[in-house]
Amino acid sequence: MIEVKNISKSFGGTQVLNDVSATFEKGKVNFIIGRSGSGKSVLTKCTVGLLEPDLGHVFFDGRDFTTMNRNERKEIRKEIGMLFQGGALFDSMTVAENIKFPLKMFSDMDEDSMSARVQDCLSRVELEGQGEKFPGELSGGMQKRVGIARAISMNPKYLFCDEPNSGLDPQTAIVIDNLIADITNEYGMTTVVVSHDMNSVIEASDTIHFIHNGEIAFKGNNAEMMVSDSPTLNDFIYASKLMQKLRDTSSYKKG
Amino acid sequence: MATVLHKPEKGKVFRRQLVKEMSIIGVESVGIVALLSVFMGAVMCLQTAHQIGGWIPVYTIGFTVRQTMILEFSPTLIPVILAGKIGSNIASQLGTMRVTEQIDALEIMGVNSAGFLVLPKFVAGFICIPVLVIMSMVLGVSSGAVIALISGVSSMADFEYGLQVDFVSYDVVYALIKTTVFALIMTSVSAYHGYYTSGGAIEVAKSSTKAVVYSVVIIMLTNLVLTKLLLT
Ligand SMILES: Nc1ncnc2c1ncn2[C@@H]1O[C@H](COP(=O)(O)OP(=O)(O)O)[C@@H](O)[C@H]1O
Ligand SMILES: [Mg+2]
Repeated sequence: MIEVKNISKSFGGTQVLNDVSATFEKGKVNFIIGRSGSGKSVLTKCTVGLLEPDLGHVFFDGRDFTTMNRNERKEIRKEIGMLFQGGALFDSMTVAENIKFPLKMFSDMDEDSMSARVQDCLSRVELEGQGEKFPGELSGGMQKRVGIARAISMNPKYLFCDEPNSGLDPQTAIVIDNLIADITNEYGMTTVVVSHDMNSVIEASDTIHFIHNGEIAFKGNNAEMMVSDSPTLNDFIYASKLMQKLRDTSSYKKG
Repeated sequence: MATVLHKPEKGKVFRRQLVKEMSIIGVESVGIVALLSVFMGAVMCLQTAHQIGGWIPVYTIGFTVRQTMILEFSPTLIPVILAGKIGSNIASQLGTMRVTEQIDALEIMGVNSAGFLVLPKFVAGFICIPVLVIMSMVLGVSSGAVIALISGVSSMADFEYGLQVDFVSYDVVYALIKTTVFALIMTSVSAYHGYYTSGGAIEVAKSSTKAVVYSVVIIMLTNLVLTKLLLT
């Protein structure tokens, strides 16, 4: 479980996060949703320490990450896997080397067990036999899957995914969403997914935090979200005709 | 940038990175350094031969080629040229890694990204650039000698005498001190601009340009200061 408590962050006078609190539960896919520029990435980066929050604390299973020194943080970091918006694969390394990299840096595994682990991770994301390719030779969806494979290679307790299906076609996007959900269940991880894609939210979310103007404007699950009274949330969810149609056909109707 | 000097994560990984960087910074620069030095030595020889006459002795040719190469061309101009080649390479590599979140990816794994990426470049520059400069001195002086013989402007004996006359070995020490400082300036200035890039492709290009321009300007200013300090 990850608890974010009263986080505030501003850049040069612009308040991006204002007293944000959230709880991300273990074994669940916890979504952070909101419009572009609403501060989702900043919240994620503050949570994992890529940015320092101005105020507030972050607890990883009760351990206060914000007050830790560099070495203590490093121990927590080894329990974190992260999938970046653009994949962030090391382009000078092959797919297999990318996945092996954290193992090489931080595990005491020998060469054979590392290779075996790489093969496991590759097959988990259904990319067997692609290990010798370079990231530049893969499609966007495949790069995202390699990103997931690399993120899970160290068996993390916490998985962060920043817009895991941006730039992907809807079918591939669903494959990625389901993969994240399955892996979360399988390993009992605490997973945080940043998204502005309503399809993903409906497909894969267990809990939802809606962020608006730097504040959490809604917390709940799928069903609660659909019937929420919050006008800003409704504007966000029902921005598309498809979602409006879904609302107006019975299943999500209020009452 | 202080984090650069933290202990690198794993010795083996560091050594592999270092070899890679030495190949990029050192081995891949041998060609350009050799080319420039050979031509510079030859041209200096012919220039000097053209200028002297009358009471100025012929051994001045060997002397001038030696002094030019050892004091300025090899230790200062070679690093300036390398700043263009290596500096832009370092800045654009780090800048690209920054804007594509590869640096964030390293950090999130718990890797000290500055140490992992920048330290090997520092060390590679520190080792390779002085070696390249020594090579440049030797090649420049040799090509001066060869061109002197071929064109008949000086005999081998005169040229050799010119090479030896008033030779102070401190000049070579001075040159290598300068070069080492320039190597550190070039790698750190370029790494700084690359590492702290933010934005996208345009910013990477800007960082790369800044890396070269700032490196060259700082090298030139430092050259002035070091020459004053070390030679007077
Ligand atoms: N490093 C930074 N420096 C200054 N402003 C930033 C920085 N990172 C993000 N911002 C600003 O914070 C706001 C939220 O950004 P972000 O969290 O990336 O949005 P999103 O919800 O689309 O992920 C934006 O207005 C952005 O310009
Ligand atoms: Mg974002």
